[in-house]
Amino acid sequence: MKKERKLENESGMQISKTSNCVLNVIFILITVSCIYPILLVFAVSFTDETSLTFNGYSLIPKEFSLSAYTYILKNMSTITNAYGVSIFVTVIGSILGLTIMAMYAYPLAREDFKYRGIFNIIIVITMLFSGGLVPTYMVYVNVLKLKNNLAALILMYLFSAFYVMIIRTFYKTNVPRSLIEAAQIDGAHEFKVFFKIVVPLAKPALATIMMFSMLVYWNDWYGPLLYVEKESLYNLQYLMYTVQAKIANLAMITKGGHVNLQEIPSETARMALAIVAIGPIILAYPFFQRYFERGITLGATKE
Amino acid sequence: MNGHKKSSLKYEFKKNIALFMMLLPGLIIMLVNNYLPMFGIVFAFRKMDNYRSLFGTAWVGLKNFEYLFSSNNAWIITKNTIGYNIVFIIIGIVLPITMAIGLNELRNKRVSKIYQSLFFIPYFLSWVVISYLAMGMLSKEYGVINRLILHFNGEAINWYTSPKYWPCILILVNTWKWTGYDTIVYLASVVGVNKELFEAAAVDGASRLQQIWYVTIPSLVPLIIVLVLIRLGRMFYTDMGLFYSVPRNMGPLINATNTIDTYVYRAFVNTGDLGLASAAGFYQAILGLVVLLAFNAIVRKYDKASAII
Repeated sequence: MKKERKLENESGMQISKTSNCVLNVIFILITVSCIYPILLVFAVSFTDETSLTFNGYSLIPKEFSLSAYTYILKNMSTITNAYGVSIFVTVIGSILGLTIMAMYAYPLAREDFKYRGIFNIIIVITMLFSGGLVPTYMVYVNVLKLKNNLAALILMYLFSAFYVMIIRTFYKTNVPRSLIEAAQIDGAHEFKVFFKIVVPLAKPALATIMMFSMLVYWNDWYGPLLYVEKESLYNLQYLMYTVQAKIANLAMITKGGHVNLQEIPSETARMALAIVAIGPIILAYPFFQRYFERGITLGATKE
Repeated sequence: MNGHKKSSLKYEFKKNIALFMMLLPGLIIMLVNNYLPMFGIVFAFRKMDNYRSLFGTAWVGLKNFEYLFSSNNAWIITKNTIGYNIVFIIIGIVLPITMAIGLNELRNKRVSKIYQSLFFIPYFLSWVVISYLAMGMLSKEYGVINRLILHFNGEAINWYTSPKYWPCILILVNTWKWTGYDTIVYLASVVGVNKELFEAAAVDGASRLQQIWYVTIPSLVPLIIVLVLIRLGRMFYTDMGLFYSVPRNMGPLINATNTIDTYVYRAFVNTGDLGLASAAGFYQAILGLVVLLAFNAIVRKYDKASAII
């Protein structure tokens, strides 16, 4: 018996088959708990509304129905508009932000740049202290007049000190100084050195930062909560948020709230809306996953 | 002398003009997003009737702070903010490390990779989407949990008006969102542990469990310390998505879900008391600064590269 076990885990550096089995069972359970809520919402969106009242949410629709998606189709213009806003803010914000951060990080990584210390301190201070919600709001709304302007949503996440530090570290470790110096001796302009040599070499880090930045923009609901009132400027997340908030108001209606029942999409329609919002993320996921994993390890020690 | 200095400064600037130009856009963004709002700390000491009058109407000294601390709120929001964060930090060490070690032990690496991909999914979902998913679980009439309770002849619970369950719910939801992400953070280090150490331990007759306890865990300690200290530095900040959107801003839940961030937001939007909101924000910024500096000093001791200053 003992001999058999020894054979199984040669050199004693592997767990036994039994432990492996147990471990797999545990991981399958965790996996299920990770995706169950998503599958549930997916199933509910295909369930008939009346059968829902009897059976509650269930992973297998008792009565299959596409009526939830007809609600989506009926409100197509609102939803496509919100999609458009989300895509616009995400694309512009992540590209612009990445460009600005990649440029800012470069002089900080240049050992021969005399003033890099000062500019480093300038970003560190932003990590230490923040004015807070009210002053930021005042600057955005009173000074820059960005209420109901998509620029507010873009500006909010354009520059992150933490990302700049990751990029700077990457430049320092992956862009050989000799390469930059050689190009300079050849008379290349700083911008040319940066775009032709530094950026291509830093591509892995830059691509990763861009992915993270895209995710932040895509998932933002708080920016619109603060700065957007016009319905035509709602992004997808905020559209979902307002629907959720209306329901919450409905629950409080006894306390004098007023909600127009007509405006509230049915239970299943709301879940269909959630699926419409999750869709792109799940579809893009296989392509982007490796970037994120690399990014996390990049930033692991510098979170 | 002065002229010489000036010209050398001019020379330096001219020499590096391209580099300065690269810094410029970032500087402008930081000016708007970070530095201009810093002047707003004076709001905490002003009477602020509405957000139209940029610097308020009169000095009130510490009145806003007096008002904040005279109510029970200051204590509740501070307690909630710190309490939740500490629980999140502890869970964020134990669970992801256990999972990372488990994933690394699996015999089939392909299967391990599949688990990783699936654990990672919740991280990608927005808090609004998560609040929808939570609704699916907790809705009074249709929610899975109440249906389960009814199935076993229990009594349905109105989750969104029962504050006593919310510490548990918030912790569960936060764990659900972040564990996959944190697991990947630790996994890289777990995989990177020197194989020779295991071989040596195996030769000495250590079981696999003993190897993990005496080799893997100790080698993770530096990373754990750094991550924990960095998170402690953010101890006074919470996520609006988790504490505002997931509980759907329900009034009855307020004592269980109110943190400094949600308090500031509500003081600002609901009551329009900008002075009070600013005072609470200032209180958060100062506490945040103090703990960040303190923990940063400790981080420096362990790992200089990970300290932010």
